[in-house]
Formats: sequence, structure tokens, C-alpha cells
Amino acid sequence: MSDTVCRLSHGAGVRVAIADYGAGNLRSLSSALVRAGADPVVTVDPAVVRDAPLALIAGVGHVESAALGLARHGLDDALRDRVAAERPVGGICVGLQLLFGPSEEGGTGLALLAGPVRRLRARRVPHIGWNTIAATRASALLDGVAGVDVYFAHSFAAEPDDPEVVTATTDHEGQIVAAVEHGPLAGVQFHPERSAAAGACVLENLLRWSRSA
Amino acid sequence: MVKKRVIPCLDVAGGRVVKGVNFERLREMGQPVELARRYSELGADELVFLDITATLEGRGPILDVIGRAADELTIPFTAGGGVTGVDDARDLLLAGADKVAINRAAFDDPGILTSLAAEFGSQAVVCAIDARAGEVVTHAGRRPRDRAAVEWAREAVERGAGEILLTSIDADGTRAGYDLELTRSVAAAVEVPVIASGGAGEARHMAEAFEVGAEAALIASIVHERPERLPELKAELEEAGWPMRR
Repeated sequence: MSDTVCRLSHGAGVRVAIADYGAGNLRSLSSALVRAGADPVVTVDPAVVRDAPLALIAGVGHVESAALGLARHGLDDALRDRVAAERPVGGICVGLQLLFGPSEEGGTGLALLAGPVRRLRARRVPHIGWNTIAATRASALLDGVAGVDVYFAHSFAAEPDDPEVVTATTDHEGQIVAAVEHGPLAGVQFHPERSAAAGACVLENLLRWSRSA
Repeated sequence: MVKKRVIPCLDVAGGRVVKGVNFERLREMGQPVELARRYSELGADELVFLDITATLEGRGPILDVIGRAADELTIPFTAGGGVTGVDDARDLLLAGADKVAINRAAFDDPGILTSLAAEFGSQAVVCAIDARAGEVVTHAGRRPRDRAAVEWAREAVERGAGEILLTSIDADGTRAGYDLELTRSVAAAVEVPVIASGGAGEARHMAEAFEVGAEAALIASIVHERPERLPELKAELEEAGWPMRR
């Protein structure tokens, strides 16, 4: 268990639009954001996604179905508009993968960051369980949680063209991208809403980052 | 390296946690969400809720328990029991379960695994297999299905299951150790994580399951009686050379 303690003060009242593409388990994330002091709303309304102080892409599933789900409601354009205006967008699990380009499982993400999404190459796939995140550079999201274990559940991972966007990796018979940050974009491959105290800390950091990004 | 997981399992019947021996003689052990929160505080890596009466009695899944667990827990959990098809499974995932476990419905119609994996990803799809003497049984252990568990596990993974929850009914509730032969053969046959289940009595048993290839060990009666046993078990595993999450 982690000894990580974050003070739940930075998230106070931040409106968070969670883009609803139709296949996500978004209730856990919503509850975790409420615990972090934020004011989340799960929405298919592009105006809400465009205008909220922070927009998140989260949930489970495939890049292809998620990208189609976002496009169906015009949420892809809303997210692109945000990024063009340098307004923060966060991605969690498949949401991080959606920031990138073509996926080996089919479909393509929003290509806001360059690089493909590839299937993991390991004896056991999916990569399910608690694994240690190793920081590769300074990171707003992972402040205070480098070196601790967080919960992963995925078969695919982003492989950024630019290694500079990576802020942390984890080891599953090879290094996997665990977190990225670049301008108004941030993403984590693990599930902060399911990563106990360390995860709460990451969400708290995410809310704080959204105010400064 | 991903850590081996210790997973308390809450068998739920009529809204209460119960535990039996060889799937019979059920005893009440407490309220599911309360007990779940306690295990989370004590360092459980993950939880499983199984509505063990749902399939037999034709009741729907325990959505209320799952929804409250999703709101209150900060660790992942799997929900199962009473899942008759894609719609049931979707309800559980949308209610907040991180993964859904499907047993007999998947055996009867393996295409369910494919549909769910297509919609939610394999990592959300757990195929639960109950075995007696290495053969698949369903209906809470009452109906032998004349198929080797290892063969069914292999097909289930091909169809889309991202994890196998493998319960030995011979060992269940005995506290004499997991069925290591069964666990070893299934873990060798599939690429997805295998959760060993049935028979845990002490940390040594869990270490044995990890040694034969299980990624996770399910426990029930040993912690339901005394939840404080959970951190002790994890400390003993750590001492035995199995790093636990930190």
C-alpha cells in the first residue's frame, strides 16, 4: 500500500467534462473526481466538452469504437478545438491511447500526439494488476507518486514518436508508456480512479495541472 | 513487474456475503459493500463480487451493490453471478464494475465473450470456470459438462476472455490449498492472467499458486472470519519472495 498523501484542496469546484462515447465505465471516475473536490459531468454535448475548464476522455474499450463514439456526437471536433486553443485535455486508459494515431486493433485516435497504439508483447496479455511507475522526467500529474504502484488493465499501449512526451513508464517484459504530458495534453495508461491513495493523488494533480495548463 | 494479486471474493446471496464448503452449507458473513470497504482499507489488490444465487433463482444481477461499490471503492473489482448475456454484463459494467465475470452463459454461448470483448475490451471480460476433477461443471457445481477445463479455458480466451477465474470445487472451502495441477495446466495453456480460486488456507497456498503460474489468488473464508488476516497474508507472501503492491 502507498503512504502517498495528497491534500484534497486543489480540486475545489473544478468543472470537469467527461466525454461520453458510449462504452465507458465512467461512474467510478466521476466518484473519484468528486472525492478529489471536482464537479464532474458525463456528457455527449460538444459545447460542454469544448467549454469546461477540463475535459477528460476515459473509460474502457477499443480505440476504434471509442473514436467512432466521440465522432458520432461531434466530441472529436470539440476536443480538437480545445487543444487548438491550448485548453487542457486529459486521457485515461483508452483515453490516453485516443490522443495518438492508428491502433493495431483497428481505427485511429485523434492524432493530437504522433505515434501508433500497439498490442503489448508479453507472456501475459492483458497487462492486469498493480505495477510500478518509473518517472522519465518531471511531471505535473505524477508529482509525489513516482515509484509507487498503480492499477493497469489493458492490452494495447501508445508508442509516441517523440519520447519527450513520455513522463513515466512501467515494466511488463519491456517498457510500456504509463503517462504522457505535452502542452495542453496529459494522459495516464493506468486507472487513477482504481489506484487507491496514489490514484487520488494523480487526480488531484490533474485538477491542479488543468488550472495552470 | 506487475505484482501478483490477492483478491478477496465476496459471494453474495440475498444481499449478504455468504460462504459455504464445496458450494454448499452457506453461512452469512456480513454486508457486501461494508466488507468490501474494509478489505480495501486492509490492502486488498482487487475484489470480486459473485451473486451466487442469481443464476439458479433467475434473479438479475446485483446492480445496487455494484453501483455503491463503484462509488465507494478505490480499488478495482469484478462483478459476476446471474450474467445471462451481453445485456446483463453491460449493466454490471455500466453500473461501475471494472470487469464482469461470466460462467455458464459463456459456456453455453461462447459468442458472448466475443461480443463483450468487442464492446468493452478483453481486459473487462473474465471467464469464470468451475472445475471438478479437471472437468467443467456449471449450475453452482451441480451439472458436469463433460469437457476439460483446460480446453474450455483455451477456447474462452480465443473468443475474447481477458482473464480466467479458475475455481476448483473439490478444493473450495477446504483450506487445504488450491488445485495446483488444474491451475498449472490452465495457466500454461492461455496467455491471459489466471486467478486461482478454491482452497486457500494460508499464505503458502497462495505462493504455490503463483509458482505454478497464477497471476492472482482468490481468498474468501480465511479473511471473512478475520479481515485483519489479509495484511498478514500479504506480509507473509512478501517474505516468501513475492513482492506485493506498494
